[in-house]
Amino acid sequence: MSASVSYAVSDSLTMLRRNLKHALRYPAMTFSVVMMPVMILLLFNYAYGDALGAGIGGGSYIDYVTPGIVLMAATAGSVATAVGVCVDMTEGIVNRFRTMAISRSAFLAGHVVGSVIQTVIALVLVIGAAFAMGFRSSAGPVEWLAAIGLLVFVILALTWISAGIGLVAKTPESASNTPLPLTFLPFIGSAIVPPDSMPTALRWFAEYQPFTPIIETLRGLLMGTPIGNSAWSALAWCTGLTLLGYFWSRSVFYRR
Amino acid sequence: MVAISAVGLTKSYGDKAVLNGIDLTIPAGSVFALLGPNGAGKTTTVQILSTLIPADGGVARVAGHDLVREADGVRKAIGVTGQFSAVDNLLTAEENLLLMADLNHLRRREGRRRAEDLLRRFDLTEAARKPVATFSGGMRRKLDLAMTLVGDPKVIFLDEPTTGLDPRSRRTMWEIIRGLVADHGVTIFLTTQYLEEADQLADRIAVLDGGRIVAEGTAEELKRIVPGGRIRVQFADTVQLGAAAALFDYATADAEALRLDIPGDNSVITVKAVLDALDNASVRAESLTVETPDLDDVFLMLTGSTGVGVR
Repeated sequence: MSASVSYAVSDSLTMLRRNLKHALRYPAMTFSVVMMPVMILLLFNYAYGDALGAGIGGGSYIDYVTPGIVLMAATAGSVATAVGVCVDMTEGIVNRFRTMAISRSAFLAGHVVGSVIQTVIALVLVIGAAFAMGFRSSAGPVEWLAAIGLLVFVILALTWISAGIGLVAKTPESASNTPLPLTFLPFIGSAIVPPDSMPTALRWFAEYQPFTPIIETLRGLLMGTPIGNSAWSALAWCTGLTLLGYFWSRSVFYRR
Repeated sequence: MVAISAVGLTKSYGDKAVLNGIDLTIPAGSVFALLGPNGAGKTTTVQILSTLIPADGGVARVAGHDLVREADGVRKAIGVTGQFSAVDNLLTAEENLLLMADLNHLRRREGRRRAEDLLRRFDLTEAARKPVATFSGGMRRKLDLAMTLVGDPKVIFLDEPTTGLDPRSRRTMWEIIRGLVADHGVTIFLTTQYLEEADQLADRIAVLDGGRIVAEGTAEELKRIVPGGRIRVQFADTVQLGAAAALFDYATADAEALRLDIPGDNSVITVKAVLDALDNASVRAESLTVETPDLDDVFLMLTGSTGVGVR
């Protein structure tokens, strides 16, 4: 039993090395995960910043918008996961893995851990860009740690969901399109403007969708705004999405 | 010793039956070819025997392990090179081999040694550090097989290993496959739609058609299934053809092609008898060819539209 556990770990690490090698050699995907949020950050800070800043009732707009854009970068990372998994599934290599005596969970574990690492690196770059544009946080070390922990948890949840999307997608193109609504979900939340300012139906959606409590928790940690129950909802959403993505991906992978 | 045995394997997709009860017994150290047209169920058979998909019915043992209850035991003993190349296009050839070494839980040094060895054996040393995406079809197929060999498998499944390759690469592949059996004593389960390939490589051949094995034996045995050879004589006009046709009892004349097919083997005596008969009757023949049955005849007869099970 312990031999099979150590094989599960070493096989997963082998798969992880493979995925990281892909990412290093073909950084285009990581690059796009960083570029899109940075472009949006530039746009919202320099082009719309004054108007939107006035709209949210004063204060520095970059401070308001950064947590939401950081989350958007996390969703962009999940697109890369879905594509990576799907490319493997549509090529013969996965059938080779399946006919070898390797831990069955290693393939998915390698993809998910690799994607989480890639997306975390992307987020660090996006946060760096925000600082360069004037973002200033009130957070101390504890708040930063909590914020990083939350972000990693969010990335893990999104990555498992995307792994499932990558497994069921017929082509890499559809794998790259399917998570796109996820990327736009933060827009219909509290990422850009407070939901209070939205029409009723949209506001109702914005208040109850998963990204709003996550953004509010992140904003609270980084900017010192009140968090309230958002932290618990954020953790509940992340736990739920992780479990859903994990069991869904596993069952799809074992079935195919 | 038996390397692969299967009894009554069945598989359906929806209401379409792909395999209708396959029985196989393949001795260790031999090359077995499963020959059949597209859609006969060759790939499905390989997928089942290599643990990729479950059979609906039947039992099978591969390398001494039950396919269902000891799937990991089977996986440890087999290597599979499928119809569609199972290589990592984003890695180099060497990295692909080292990936296999890691997944086979080889020690680092042993993995490197085997990778180097295989690169040399398959003439890929020069291309070792190039990304596989730049490889030709033949190189890709060679690497694919090399990856299969990293784990030192006892039983190797080759699903249409030369489909889509140019004649030269096909020859190279054949050499490699022959070498495997000669040097390593492995058992090879090969599927192919090329009769020549089965004839060249296999000790035993089974013809699969419509999910059923319609014939099994050595190439020679299969050739004996079809009626014997014929002597084909070509004439300049219908007069000569008609005169010749009157000389032989079982001959069939083709008036349009101006030729006469006379049943008979390729022995000198038979050929001479035909020529003498023509000469004595002063019939003038243009040319003569002797045709022996080949696997093509077997294949066409067995997998014809009638679907009659010949065994």
